[in-house]
Amino acid sequence: MRAALALTESRLPEASPASPATVAQPAQKSLLRFITCGSVDDGKSTLLGRLLWETNSVFEDQAEALARDSEKFGTTGKAIDYALLVDGLSAEREQGITIDVAYRYFSTLRRSFIAADTPGHEQYTRNMATGASTADCAIILIDARKGLLPQTRRHSYIVSMLGVRSVIVAVNKMDLVGYSEETFRRIEADYRALVPALGFTEVHVVPLAAREGDNLSSLSPRMRWYRGATLLDLLETIEAPLRQDARFRLPVQWVNRPDAEFRGYSGTIAGGEIRVGDPVTVLPRGQESRIARILTPQGEAQAAGAGEAVTVTLGHEIDVSRGDVIVSTGSGLKPTRRMTARLLGLADAGIEPGRTYLLKLGTGLVRTRVSMIHYGVNIEDYVETPSARIALNGIGLATLEVETEIHATRYSECAALGSLLLIDPINNETLALGTIDQVVLPAAPDTAGTSPHVVETLVRLLVPADATTPEARSRHLSWRLASALLVALPVGLVTGSAGLGLAAAIGDVLLRTLGRAGHDRLWRAIGALRRRRAQDTLGLDGGGI
Amino acid sequence: MKPMPHLQKLEAEAIFILREVAATCEKPVLLYSIGKDSAVLLHLALKAFAPGRLPFPLLHVDTGWKFREMIEFRDATTKRLGVDLLVHINPEGLAQRIGPLSHGSAVHTDVMKTQGLKQALDKYGFDAAFGGARRDEEKSRAKERVFSLRSADHRWDPKSQRPEPWALFNTRKAQGESFRVFPLSNWTENDVWDYIALENIPVVPLYFAKPRPVVRRNGALIMRDDDRLTLLPGETLEMRSVRFRTLGCYPLTGAVESAAATLPEILAEMRQSRVSERQGRVIDHDGASSMEKKKQEGYF
Repeated sequence: MRAALALTESRLPEASPASPATVAQPAQKSLLRFITCGSVDDGKSTLLGRLLWETNSVFEDQAEALARDSEKFGTTGKAIDYALLVDGLSAEREQGITIDVAYRYFSTLRRSFIAADTPGHEQYTRNMATGASTADCAIILIDARKGLLPQTRRHSYIVSMLGVRSVIVAVNKMDLVGYSEETFRRIEADYRALVPALGFTEVHVVPLAAREGDNLSSLSPRMRWYRGATLLDLLETIEAPLRQDARFRLPVQWVNRPDAEFRGYSGTIAGGEIRVGDPVTVLPRGQESRIARILTPQGEAQAAGAGEAVTVTLGHEIDVSRGDVIVSTGSGLKPTRRMTARLLGLADAGIEPGRTYLLKLGTGLVRTRVSMIHYGVNIEDYVETPSARIALNGIGLATLEVETEIHATRYSECAALGSLLLIDPINNETLALGTIDQVVLPAAPDTAGTSPHVVETLVRLLVPADATTPEARSRHLSWRLASALLVALPVGLVTGSAGLGLAAAIGDVLLRTLGRAGHDRLWRAIGALRRRRAQDTLGLDGGGI
Repeated sequence: MKPMPHLQKLEAEAIFILREVAATCEKPVLLYSIGKDSAVLLHLALKAFAPGRLPFPLLHVDTGWKFREMIEFRDATTKRLGVDLLVHINPEGLAQRIGPLSHGSAVHTDVMKTQGLKQALDKYGFDAAFGGARRDEEKSRAKERVFSLRSADHRWDPKSQRPEPWALFNTRKAQGESFRVFPLSNWTENDVWDYIALENIPVVPLYFAKPRPVVRRNGALIMRDDDRLTLLPGETLEMRSVRFRTLGCYPLTGAVESAAATLPEILAEMRQSRVSERQGRVIDHDGASSMEKKKQEGYF
């Protein structure tokens, strides 16, 4: 009953007379960014067009144009083709498909929405990922006649990789399966089986007939067996979890220095809160100071938090420039030179190990080398396979070594400092986007005498590449030493010579390391060959255009 | 932390974009077209760099056919705020006396606006130009990037746009290439008015209803702003209470009949409106996909 009441409220047009309350209200509304994704022809554009229609977001002149276009290009006979409200490029209208991300805007009394309508075809996966990167919530469409398709798994993976935790699965075209509850339940069960691998925290499954508007903004009399909320109701109430930890970070974007009196550092707070007087450290050089003033778009303030575009001044005259990050002192945040990241290829050129790229992270732009590609992910069955490169629309885990120290975090900790672009240093093309998995902090200073670099190289040689966490690395290292000891002991006992035992242990470590490197290389070659074959046969998948 | 309200998020996003351009481009400029979107853009730019001065000038590409009240407002605003304003008008078009009444909207827009803009950008060597365009205005704009890369001859290729995940903008470009940057990409017409009300931003009085001399032509209400607009046989000039939802060259801008003379009245009228703001723009109806075509040719 509550849902039904809420629905009536949200259906009220926004045309209430201009009382002061309605004038003040829009500024206080919350904003939800969502993405619609799914396979070709699942009806994504139709769904979004219909949502615009039902929330009174289509103007009369646009409706007239829609009626004209529906006759000309429509795929629905004489009826209104709502997809034409969102497919804007002439190539899209002619072919009846979506190529690029389209952003659409509408609002109800409760919320403002920014919707990204993204292409279904595999060759435009990169555009889909772009739409997902800023989404709080994803609507994943499934054609009720077809059930889960490879694209459903692919899009679910990318949505999950980009940190979306709330998902609405819209089982569309229920009209074409006779509104069958059984079909719906089967698809729902299939999808729920995928969820554990994806880490979604909130999953709703809704049966829809977008073209007819069933369960879109009012519950459908043709599916009385469905007792959940309508799609619009879910969009209005779903909570977008904040994906960041509470530690203060301000990537410096612009140094504001109008005169000798004022030296401010401008940027958008990437995480946490700050107050006047708080002690801060400027990374990567580690200078310490205190926050003296905070200027926000609303004027001078005592405090500011994540997402606000501020200018701060510090208590001391220190040299701070664009790309530096101001963090709260004592929070344990440190600069780094090495990290592992999940990369998604955005260009034909792909990403190759050993090559140098420009890394855009926060407000910094630094040279970085991709030192290793650990594996590629087959995003249709989520299996990790050895991979020599990350191709266009491919995903893989890579180690990045940056030329100068930067401040980075895991993506799950802070999206603004855990996301990155790789850019071609010569033609400036955006080659890949990435989310940081692990940040490798420099070795602790107590490895006295040995430079951290030597220790890192040794560790890298001794430990398999897929050990990406410090814990996994220590575990491998200790087992390697223990197994060498197991060889040394019997040799030493049998021969009675400690020297020979030691030699055997060293030989064991060296031979195993070299042997493993050769063995891995062989498997990488086999994997690459397999992938190439697989690509040849997969080329026709999703050929809806 | 409470989540930031909608308008504050949009404001922070726009300020971030403005700062990103100032920090990474050599010679930016803010295209100031005097309308409500330009007013909001200018207001945000002042906030982004306060207490410092704007690190770039304003550029107005004039056509000689703007409403007189627009030009008065432009000069008063730039004087009041102490910002640098450059005005460019296509000298060739001026010499040939190109105008919307004599040459039609398509030729006038191409020569005086598109070519005029290119001339000005080349003349001063600007490598990034801010515009107030929003994605909700028109369907091909809905697919526009925030940073729209233009070739050395200012053309836009919708098929080779750079992906723009998160707020990570690749601001690298080759010699001669430039960016058109749209900090208001995610704003809607409602957001713009709500923000103008919230922040008390001055706008051209033409947005408020007042009795004005108008003539009905091709279904639109055209205001006679000066005597270059001559009446055709059968046309009559009437005084009607009208206002404008968008502002451009006066013979190409249709007025709407309205009694909304104050901001709260405009906000209320906006929420009841059932027609899009671009309906009054004569140039948008020049043919199917006309905006997409104009953009490819270098129009904003």
